[in-house]
Amino acid sequence: MTNTVHEPSEQALIQLLTPEGERRSHAEYDSYIQDVDAEMLRGFYRDMALTRRFDQEATALQRQGQLALWVPLRGQEAAQIGSGRATRPSDYIFPTYREHGVALTRNVDFPQMLRIFRGISNGGWDPRENNFHMYTMVLAAQMPHATGYAMGIQRDQAGWDAERLEKDGEAVVAYFGDGSSTEGEVHESMVFAASFNSPVVFFCQNNQWAISVPFHVQSKVPLADRAAGYGFPGIRVDGNDVLAVLAVTRWALERARRGEGPVLIEAVTYRMSAHTTADDPTKYRLDADEEAWVGRDPLARLEKHLRDNDLADELFFKQVAVDGDEMATRVRVEAMAFPDPELAQSFANVYAEAHPLIQEELKWHLEYEAGFADTTEEGAPR
Amino acid sequence: MSTTTMTLAKAITAGLDKVLATNPKSLLIGEDIGRLGGVYRVTDGLIDSYGADRVIDSPLGEAGIIGTSIGMAIRGYSPIAEIQFDGFVFPAFNQITTQLAKMRARSEGRFGAPVVIRIPYGGGIGSIEHHSESPEALFAHTAGLRIMAPSNAHDAYWMIQQAAACQDPVIFFEPKRRYWLKGEVDTENPAADAFKAQVIRPGEDATIVTYGPLVPVALAAAEAAREDGRSVEVIDLRSVSPIDFDTITESVEKTGRLIVTHEAPTFGGIGGEIAARISERAFLSLEAPVIRVGGFHMPYPVAKVEEQYLPDIDKVLEALDRSFAY
Ligand SMILES: Cc1ncc(C[n+]2csc(CCOP(=O)(O)OP(=O)(O)O)c2C)c(N)n1
Repeated sequence: MTNTVHEPSEQALIQLLTPEGERRSHAEYDSYIQDVDAEMLRGFYRDMALTRRFDQEATALQRQGQLALWVPLRGQEAAQIGSGRATRPSDYIFPTYREHGVALTRNVDFPQMLRIFRGISNGGWDPRENNFHMYTMVLAAQMPHATGYAMGIQRDQAGWDAERLEKDGEAVVAYFGDGSSTEGEVHESMVFAASFNSPVVFFCQNNQWAISVPFHVQSKVPLADRAAGYGFPGIRVDGNDVLAVLAVTRWALERARRGEGPVLIEAVTYRMSAHTTADDPTKYRLDADEEAWVGRDPLARLEKHLRDNDLADELFFKQVAVDGDEMATRVRVEAMAFPDPELAQSFANVYAEAHPLIQEELKWHLEYEAGFADTTEEGAPR
Repeated sequence: MSTTTMTLAKAITAGLDKVLATNPKSLLIGEDIGRLGGVYRVTDGLIDSYGADRVIDSPLGEAGIIGTSIGMAIRGYSPIAEIQFDGFVFPAFNQITTQLAKMRARSEGRFGAPVVIRIPYGGGIGSIEHHSESPEALFAHTAGLRIMAPSNAHDAYWMIQQAAACQDPVIFFEPKRRYWLKGEVDTENPAADAFKAQVIRPGEDATIVTYGPLVPVALAAAEAAREDGRSVEVIDLRSVSPIDFDTITESVEKTGRLIVTHEAPTFGGIGGEIAARISERAFLSLEAPVIRVGGFHMPYPVAKVEEQYLPDIDKVLEALDRSFAY
């Protein structure tokens, strides 16, 4: 692969779809999206629109006091759908806490994702069902897990020939943010991955902000440039261009599966909404900056491309909107109907094997709670 | 019966060999554990038998070692990670406490990360700073982890295998100043359940509870006390989390007096937890308050004065005197 030149700061941003929705050809990456036809493009639009609608619904639920917190992703849909759709079901994904679009591509049911934010679960879904790991709230902690998982894959695939690797080989995608790139664990995970040539793709969504701290405080160079220091390719891609993200992620994954080691992808995007529903971006960033990025909206861009090239008609866009509203209603109804968990159940999940302290405390807890139950049944204290 | 005399270190090597031989998914990872065999040679020779993919010389990074071990465990492997010295576990503290310990809870019981972390620990070897610490209480406070500390070769041989078989993450604290302590290892008859304490010397008048490097100290103190006509029971805890309070309670109900000793600072230590629990469980049996003999509230001191810092026979005897004075 040719993408190994690392002139500081001057790495080209891979772009296949301009903000105006025009298709740009690229000598190297076009070949990775040759199968993308009109139907697939409509599928990507649909994925992105549903993700945005879900985000909007969850934000509303938080405002109504139904969720403790929400982590919006508006603006990052192309980075997430493009990379998620580049994976195979057998690839394993380690997300952060904002990968709702990636989750869609892994068939994680949206209502399940609200269990974390509704205070019902610290995990939410079964990671093994869709090879989509739990969200991680401790920034960057998932990064070495991804490398370790990839080291496991290498051992499972020991002795496979090139053909089998190409066909059945597995890889890992580790998501992280521009702010998280400062954490030591990102460094260690990359060193380990490089040392062992592990099949892991490090996917940074550089959304420009780590809450209120801008990217230039985290890094003096484009993040992709750092890969050179570890000895593997780094690549910058227009994160608002679903085609480019798809292409470079496919390239990176294929390479990893073939046994050629890790890649760092920096998807340059923008968090158009607040960091979380507890955040106030008006305190730290300029309207002009936001407006500039609205012009690079990933959804508007694909919509324009679809319309200008007669790849989708009005009916299609209407239908996507209707489906989005239906999905939002279902999310609301199902998420509101989740029963509250029992604390007693939490005792069962601390250890796999019997543990005397857990048994002792559970017994005490149940007896204590039972004491209250009696009072309620018999009415107020006499 | 196949009983062999081995040092505690070699017993761990033999135990690890057994684990690697019987479980093809098990692997070792750590700094310098391959070719060199570890700075204490505990993994000596294993790379020759099992290869570099199962005895992994890792890059130098503790969060990386534990974090990748977690990832391998999620993938279905059983990693046994080595942290080179007690004082160097802290770069991995985050991975151990926020990730490893909580994987089962966060996945709602669907899966855990059964990683074993071996840490040579404790002082008394005249070393420089960060090579003599006893950080077990910092981990014992975290739910989801189990903590073992063997004190003799036989236990070491079996307990490392029990740790590897355990479906929960285990921190295996190896008493480094006892690495060269020789003992009989019966490789056919397993040691007791690793999470059960053992009465290793019966007595009637007082109980000493300890674990790891201080077990020989407690035994010697009990022997010295016998010359003063005191019959002292000694309990080797073996597991620091969970703690086998039943065995301690039973002993204290018989003897009425309890001394807890460990190298770690007394304040906020395991001894405080034992004192509190035993006060709750056996208050009416106690003839005296539970007395703790531990390290001072200071960073582990320089080697030239560590003998004054470490609990020794005289400090344990002084504590016994205080207990009998009530
Ligand atoms: C270890 C750690 N430190 C601090 C936080 C609090 N925190 C949550 S998100 C965040 C900013 C993260 O920025 P970035 O990695 O760029 O991801 P983004 O949220 O922008 O997607 C901070 C400081 C945390 N969750 N974990």
